[in-house]
Amino acid sequence: MTGLVFELSHRHYLTEEIMGDRQTSLTLAEKVWNSHVVKQGEGDGAGRKPDLVYIDLHLVHEVTSPQAFEGLRLAGRPLRRPDLTIATEDHNTPTLDIDKPIADPTSRKQIETLRANCKEFGVRLHPLGDAEQGIVHVVGPQLGLTQPGMTVVCGDSHTSTHGAFGALAMGIGTSEVEHVMATQTLSLKPFKTMAVNVEGSLKTGVTSKDIILAVIAKIGTGGGQGYVLEYRGSAIEELSMDARMTICNMSIEAGARAGMIAPDQTTFDYVQGRPHAPTGADWDAAVEYWKTLRTDDDASFDAEVSIDADELEPFVTWGTNPGQGVSLSESVPDPEDFGDENTKLSAQRALEYMDLKAGTPMKEVRVDTVFLGSCTNSRMEDLRAAAEIIRGRTKDPDVRMIVVPGSARVRLEAEAEGLDKVFEEFGAEWRFAGCSMCLGMNPDQLEPGERCASTSNRNFEGRQGKGGRTHLVSPLVAAATAVRGTLSSPSDLDEEPAAAAAA
Amino acid sequence: MEQIIRHTGIGVPMRQSNVDTDQIIPAVYLKRITRTGFEDALFAAWRRNDDFILNKEPFNRGSVLVAGSDFGTGSSREHAVWALKDFGFKVVLSTRFADIFRGNAGKQGLVAGQLQPEDIELLWKELENNPGAEVSVDLDTRQVTCGAITADFEIDDYTRWRLMEGLDDIGLTLQSEEDITAYEASRPAFKPATLPAKP
Repeated sequence: MTGLVFELSHRHYLTEEIMGDRQTSLTLAEKVWNSHVVKQGEGDGAGRKPDLVYIDLHLVHEVTSPQAFEGLRLAGRPLRRPDLTIATEDHNTPTLDIDKPIADPTSRKQIETLRANCKEFGVRLHPLGDAEQGIVHVVGPQLGLTQPGMTVVCGDSHTSTHGAFGALAMGIGTSEVEHVMATQTLSLKPFKTMAVNVEGSLKTGVTSKDIILAVIAKIGTGGGQGYVLEYRGSAIEELSMDARMTICNMSIEAGARAGMIAPDQTTFDYVQGRPHAPTGADWDAAVEYWKTLRTDDDASFDAEVSIDADELEPFVTWGTNPGQGVSLSESVPDPEDFGDENTKLSAQRALEYMDLKAGTPMKEVRVDTVFLGSCTNSRMEDLRAAAEIIRGRTKDPDVRMIVVPGSARVRLEAEAEGLDKVFEEFGAEWRFAGCSMCLGMNPDQLEPGERCASTSNRNFEGRQGKGGRTHLVSPLVAAATAVRGTLSSPSDLDEEPAAAAAA
Repeated sequence: MEQIIRHTGIGVPMRQSNVDTDQIIPAVYLKRITRTGFEDALFAAWRRNDDFILNKEPFNRGSVLVAGSDFGTGSSREHAVWALKDFGFKVVLSTRFADIFRGNAGKQGLVAGQLQPEDIELLWKELENNPGAEVSVDLDTRQVTCGAITADFEIDDYTRWRLMEGLDDIGLTLQSEEDITAYEASRPAFKPATLPAKP
């Protein structure tokens, strides 16, 4: 079996012209791609047709699937591999009163449609109320369904999350969802590769969220376009799987097709023992294969960028796209300082929407709401880190904080550790799992003009509710901000309460 | 899919970069389970402002959107393409498109043509100075014309071919079903399956 895998992983899809001398030295992304090529695209150079690529895992949720199921039905096509497909409910679901019927009739209709479709086409579904329900990108890894070297797709741009395992994971549109349902493949054009080197060690209070926000600020929201990013270097190797998922999750915010991290012992330890992890001889064969999934020493990338982890500070966005960010200790930038006319216009517009003045220190910006959640930062490590900051401290009375675990399973684990009590004693709301306030699709939304420090992934205009203003931050900054009421890092807090709590 | 070779229609200058898909169609409109009828949702937040370009004659009858860089970033929602099409747009021109948006556009017969920044600037000026001016987009020659302006645009060969032929992707792929079945037989045993569910 491993011999076969070895052979598959060395199949080449790129033409001589594109590959040049890289025929024998491959990046991680190229290895995973090559092992999934069902049929190479015909032709050469610019006229080359896409490769037909096999998909190992298709994640489905209620928002981007109804029209795809309908397409199958109209064409009389079956869903080819229900055993490689799994669905859950996350975008529309409320995070309160989940035992009651969903109040919004259109949301309820969409959820009911998913349930009917899954039943009709034989798809495994974890509905609201189920112990495995939750944000699709939290559920997959947690069940052990996301593994190194796989191709994973979902009708959701944050599918890049699964790249943390060394999987090639991409967000797709509804037409492609239907295509995968019908064929278990996608027609995909080859990609370019970019190394994101993060060397050094993160300081206390700095997290993987700050790494990815700094990367996006550096390369811009379109900087990754056409690329698969591979995050490498000592700072990445030191990260837990939860932290790696946060980085890969926001690859799409840099415009990238995917983000990946080479699997290592941290990855294997995370996967082992999960419900769908291989066992026995299959486990040994899998690990032997997974260990080959590293970029070859002499392989070259089409582009490289470097970030110095030692220099990183907690990061925060000031504008209306994730590339508009600065270190928390800095001030709101002056649009006049941007050289390019379009960038200047975009910054002016963003400051107007955000109601911020150039030169205001970020730490003086007062927020109304703190949101801890989303597929970016709602896993156990995120909740633990935030709980550690607020334990024994008092919430700013004018700030509301809502804490939304990424999945029902995360919620149960957090409660087993008593984290729910820590949040509730602090004055935060402890909710049920879902996408919640990351996007304005369910009851959790900002009011017009309301300002939020959010651990989610997008600060677009109106993303968290019409007229809402979003500052993207790490869970640590979110927690410290809830204490002080202004954007804050843990180092801004008095040390006393934590010491008292420890005693 | 509808075949498209060339299109001529009123150009809409949208001087803005980073038009993300949350702006093109806010999430509240994604709850529908149909594939059509999203015209009211297009740029819903911005359309509340009377000065927004699509609220004004003759741009409300536009079919060629000329936008700034990084159009269609963010969420994968194909609804963004459906909303643009339902409103009447056949073509979007920009200096750079987000990958997922461009893919979705190609699947739905919306032409996403990539132009040089200086050509976008020329088109903006022409359309602002002559509201209602028509833009012609020719997939065969890969050229955009408007008034005295002629500019080459980029679109990948495969998407162009599919648009010009009006081909259905799934039907094309199913012609390779034997290859898919053969590949499936070679997949290693350790690859996970969702069924049966394991506790």
